[in-house]
Amino acid sequence: MINISSPFTLDDAKKLHAGDNVSISGDIYTGRDAAHKKMTELLSEGKKLPFDVKDQIIYYVGPCPCPPDKIIGSCGPTTSCRMDAYSPILLKEGLRGMIGKGYRSEEVINAMKEYGGVYFCATGGLGALISRSVVKKELVAFPELGTEAIFKLTVKDFPAVVAIDSWGNNLYNIGITKYRR
Amino acid sequence: MKTVKAELIKETVKKMCIEANCNLPEDIYRCIRHGLSIEESSEGKKILSDLIENANYAKEQNMPICQDTGMAVFFVSVGQEVYIDGNLTEAINGGVRDGYEEGYLRKSVVIDPLRRVNTKDNTPAVIHYDIVPGDKIEITFAPKGFGSENMGGLKMLKPSDGEKGVMDFVVKTVEEAGPNPCPPIVVGVGIGGTMEKAALLAKKALTREADSKSEDEYYAAMEEELLHRINSLGIGPQGLGGRVTALGVNIETFPSHIAGLAVCVNIGCHVTRHLTKTL
Repeated sequence: MINISSPFTLDDAKKLHAGDNVSISGDIYTGRDAAHKKMTELLSEGKKLPFDVKDQIIYYVGPCPCPPDKIIGSCGPTTSCRMDAYSPILLKEGLRGMIGKGYRSEEVINAMKEYGGVYFCATGGLGALISRSVVKKELVAFPELGTEAIFKLTVKDFPAVVAIDSWGNNLYNIGITKYRR
Repeated sequence: MKTVKAELIKETVKKMCIEANCNLPEDIYRCIRHGLSIEESSEGKKILSDLIENANYAKEQNMPICQDTGMAVFFVSVGQEVYIDGNLTEAINGGVRDGYEEGYLRKSVVIDPLRRVNTKDNTPAVIHYDIVPGDKIEITFAPKGFGSENMGGLKMLKPSDGEKGVMDFVVKTVEEAGPNPCPPIVVGVGIGGTMEKAALLAKKALTREADSKSEDEYYAAMEEELLHRINSLGIGPQGLGGRVTALGVNIETFPSHIAGLAVCVNIGCHVTRHLTKTL
């Protein structure tokens, strides 16, 4: 198990390899379809992003509404490929990590290799357990998007696996090939 | 003639929304436990045991198992001898509205597929009605997350493609889906009818218990063969490699046309929720 403190640098990213089990602590930002669309629109208009993505991690998640006695509702990862159209632009801006589930496109993997990004997968459908890793939630931008708004989450021991590292090694390909009959 | 008040239907649906999203069905529990006993990958085993722990925690806390509490899909069989006092469709949508609010379930529905503004109450539901003999109303609720919904497929095969064509299409659809639909998955297959009938059958197949068998021995054998082929793909839990890619394959069929062989695959994730109540 490798402990990662977020935000993390290019040097830290280079220490991670596909298949590594990691435990993430620190601040990460939520963002999925609608927030990504808005962020890339801001960049194309030459405007600033709601937060500086340099060395940060974006977690692809749309949490459930928060019950009164909790910090956050169920909050497992969503399918990452829907963000593929936007991720290379954010990686170019310095985004260091992405947490989601499922395949990424060649364009995203090439951008990860070029700018030193890491793609982590969390377990899809583990939303109730993952909510226990969140110790604080703070609205950052786009409240009108509801569950798709950008929140800053302070997490402790958030469990993930390096699915694709900054060299482009891909755990999905490695794992599936190993068990294919 | 039996009278059922719409208000009772609304109240029942509200409770079903919360119960189905917070309590993993017993058949899925069974299948994951069985998966744990046959999985060869240590990462895969860990994921499967995490899924059981997650479902236990969700149940204990009465919180959703998965944050994608889905689009609300219903199969409603209405007995011909039932008089409904009120508006049935409004009652179901009202139950969804109340259930998703009171249960802190996520509202994931947009009012228009292209203009995409959230309805903020998870309505409208997708409701499939059937008129049947008798004096009962049977409501099956199967909320559907879109990580898995997005990975299904439909193909109008030629009759000459036969059994092999159908099986190859099912396996290819699952293989291309890879990790995206949150394996281990449940594979719903609809064969026959028209294009839309096959799609409906595939969805309905996901409301059967994941470890159930078709009553038709021919299709029961095909389910077994497909499960074997799918679990040889190596995709495994979460697509990180392993033996347990699917928990079960359910096939539903309908008579077809002399010129057609429709096949549809609807993939359910490892949180394939289904709950039935009878009024």
